[in-house]
Amino acid sequence: MEALDLARWQFGITTVYHFLFVPLTIGLGVFVAGLQTAWHRTGKAHYLTLTKFFGKLFLINFAMGVVTGIVQEFQFGMNWSEYSTFVGDVFGAPLAMEALLAFFLESTFLGLWIFGWDRLPKRVHLATIWAAAIGSNLSAYFILAANAWMKHPVGYTVVDGKARMTDLWAVLTNSTAIAQVPHVVGAAFVVAGGFVIAVSGYRILRERRAGGGADARTWRSGLRAALVMTAVAGAVVAGTGDMSAKLLHEQQPMKLAAAEGLRHDESGAPFSVVPGVEIPGLLSILAANDPGAVIQGADDIQRRFAAEFGPGDYQPNIPAVFWSFRVMIVFGMATVGLSLLGLWLTRRRRRGGERPLPAWFARVCLLALPLPTLAVIAGWLLSEIGRQPWTVAGELLTAASVSPGVSLTEVAISLAVFTALYGVLAVAEFALLTRYVKAGPQEEPALRPGQGDGDDSPALQPTLMY
Amino acid sequence: MDLTTVWFVIIAFLWTGYFVLEGFDFGVGMLAPVLSRGEAERRQVLTTIGPVWDGNEVWLITAVGAMFAAFPAWYAGLFSGFYLPVLLVLAGLIVRGVALEWRGKVATARERSWCDAAIFAGSALPAFLWGAIFAAVLADSGLAAVLGGVFTLALSLLHGAVFLALRTEGPVRRRARRAALTASLAAVPTGVVALSAIPAGGSPLLWAVALAAMAALASAVALTWRRREGWAFTATAGAIALGTAALFGALWPEPLPGITVAEAASAPYTLGVLTWIGLIALPFVLGYQGWTYWVFRKRVVSAPLSKVG
Ligand code: HDD
Ligand code: HEM
Ligand code: HEM
Repeated sequence: MEALDLARWQFGITTVYHFLFVPLTIGLGVFVAGLQTAWHRTGKAHYLTLTKFFGKLFLINFAMGVVTGIVQEFQFGMNWSEYSTFVGDVFGAPLAMEALLAFFLESTFLGLWIFGWDRLPKRVHLATIWAAAIGSNLSAYFILAANAWMKHPVGYTVVDGKARMTDLWAVLTNSTAIAQVPHVVGAAFVVAGGFVIAVSGYRILRERRAGGGADARTWRSGLRAALVMTAVAGAVVAGTGDMSAKLLHEQQPMKLAAAEGLRHDESGAPFSVVPGVEIPGLLSILAANDPGAVIQGADDIQRRFAAEFGPGDYQPNIPAVFWSFRVMIVFGMATVGLSLLGLWLTRRRRRGGERPLPAWFARVCLLALPLPTLAVIAGWLLSEIGRQPWTVAGELLTAASVSPGVSLTEVAISLAVFTALYGVLAVAEFALLTRYVKAGPQEEPALRPGQGDGDDSPALQPTLMY
Repeated sequence: MDLTTVWFVIIAFLWTGYFVLEGFDFGVGMLAPVLSRGEAERRQVLTTIGPVWDGNEVWLITAVGAMFAAFPAWYAGLFSGFYLPVLLVLAGLIVRGVALEWRGKVATARERSWCDAAIFAGSALPAFLWGAIFAAVLADSGLAAVLGGVFTLALSLLHGAVFLALRTEGPVRRRARRAALTASLAAVPTGVVALSAIPAGGSPLLWAVALAAMAALASAVALTWRRREGWAFTATAGAIALGTAALFGALWPEPLPGITVAEAASAPYTLGVLTWIGLIALPFVLGYQGWTYWVFRKRVVSAPLSKVG
């Protein structure tokens, strides 16, 4: 066991953990802003109820996104100092821009939104949640551009053993980033949509069991909105996933070969559904739009890399990449399928108005929480494990990225601290979310629409937070 | 000024913003259990920082991101070199952040008391450790680290107490004033030692900044005594800003032993484009953060408890 192994485990664990909360922040922020806009436009009370209900769940989750994100920002320097010194010139720029342009926006305006319900004019208050939501999505863009650069480095030269940026625009418009940003952000909206679908399904079941039907309208309208969001985002994800696969063919052939378990260069390569079940020629069509195209295989790429970069093992963990790819596609697309089914079941009839949602479907809705979450995690595993053994493709090996001065004991301590802390917080977060979902919307003191600038009232406790 | 110097100054500015802003919310976090009697007052105290603490913390994230981009070797050397202290800072910021956000959402008094403990510990740890870390960079000795840590801890308490006196009404305000005077008993002596150690052997300009920081600290105490809360807060903020300026002055041109700013710096192209982005973005950030403080400028009262949301 070396410090390197633990550092890799720590990076994997802390990043996957950070990404459990990130999609909800990205997608739910926009969803809540949309609900509040609907309330603002129509004045219908149930939109306000939904805004506050999902707003609270959003905030519980947001706190975790923030605190786990801070760890990421420091971690490159702590565990990966060689990497940081090598890439800082290029990689640090989008990170600094993310903080300056996105995090300030997000955190400041969210503070205004939480505490501003009765301090700000209604329109201004609505604008604050939009500003925060835009900040989250902007942050995703910058960090993903940084991440894309590691897989497909552009706009730089290497001088004295360090990468030097020559073209910021090239880094920000990296073709890999252009495919990855909508793919990941779209996936985040699928996760957030799935979350709302699951919560709404649960509330509908629960209220039926309690004999009430009063809130049916509220939950149904939340559910419909989430179904639409999931279906649309799903289409974006599928389209950009196809784009990503084509880019892999050009830029990261090893990852593509691993994802398909393809050992040798092949023209008219088949798509393997599971090992042993193959669809002839499909991979060549998917990756290159040409049924006869040659797709490179892992063993042949290994030979070519060894010739180019010197002896070494240039293959990632192929089964891990292979299965991650399938989990991502199947679970992700299952969520999208579920949303399409839901849209059909809740469609408005020409006669007879709305049909009650079938109870079996309300139960199926619960699946919309775990499925897309597993899909995005699998997507990251595909992307990051498939990138090994490089941190920066063709430039820097993971083994050469780690901090030389940090001891095994130190990394072990930090891994233990983060694992323990994250474990406890996961339990607390889960308990808190389920408690609020079970309790349902709370009575709020009536908010008068148009309520004003609050100049003459004393600063009370914020309505939403406390 | 060449770009390397410009970026060193920008990074010093970002750390200054961070210490001035999060300095008071660390102080408030530590003082909350001491200054408030009962749940209503506890909320009153925490509400003063509720809308702003996360925005304040982003100053740190930006400072660190800017170090990564502009001086990669400084970033990498500092955080891998002070591995375990930085780990503790992160642990503190984690528990503090979730506790601040969740405190109003947990159900029982017991859970709230866990949050209070996390806010206290999560404020005290970084308030101490940042001082300790930077003192250890300047003077590689355990004693210097402890002294630096105690100084920043006491200074945060003073700054937070003055902030509370300025931002609250009623009994909490009176207790905050007394707490500020008590905290100054630790902050002033450690401040005199720490601030005069910073420029040792340095330029006269550095001495002038350090002396000005001490003067600001002393006047903060006098102004608190005379109940000039607004001015007292200006003075503690000034003391922190001047102290940070002295610190970074002493770090120039070797922010870490053996690494000069010039060696650690990114290439001129990166520094150039980042300068433009910073120049365009920072005024907006200062504008909307300033506006936030304006929106929440009213003193916070202790409201009767009502079960809302
Ligand atoms: C696709 C999106 C995405 C990805 C890949 C990452 N993050 Fe993240 N991050 C976000 C999307 C996001 C976000 C949605 O913007 C968060 C989540 C909760 C929040 O407050 O903002 C966030 C929060 C967040 C914060 C706290 C911001 C605050 O205090 O408001 C930091 C410092 C980072 N992240 C840094 C990182 C780093 C260094 C990453 C690389 C390993 C990373 N994030 C991966
Ligand atoms: C939030 C989404 C991300 C997830 C879920 C994720 C996941 C992972 C995983 C699972 C590993 C371990 C792979 C292995 O050891 O085989 C890893 C490694 C790594 N990732 Fe990511 N990653 C994410 C985003 C990023 C981003 C945005 C960056 C850069 C900005 C990044 C940089 C790295 C680095 C430097 C490693 C080194 C450790 C290693 O390769 O073993 N990752 N990541
Ligand atoms: C809703 C379903 C899906 C979800 C939630 C999802 C999620 C993700 C995530 C989070 C990543 C990691 C980030 C990245 O590297 O871009 C990823 C990568 C990837 N996804 Fe998906 N995905 C889904 C569907 C698809 C589909 C249908 C395809 C292909 C047709 C696809 C192809 C890819 C490829 C090729 C990558 C690797 C890109 C790279 O490493 O550069 N995805 N996915």
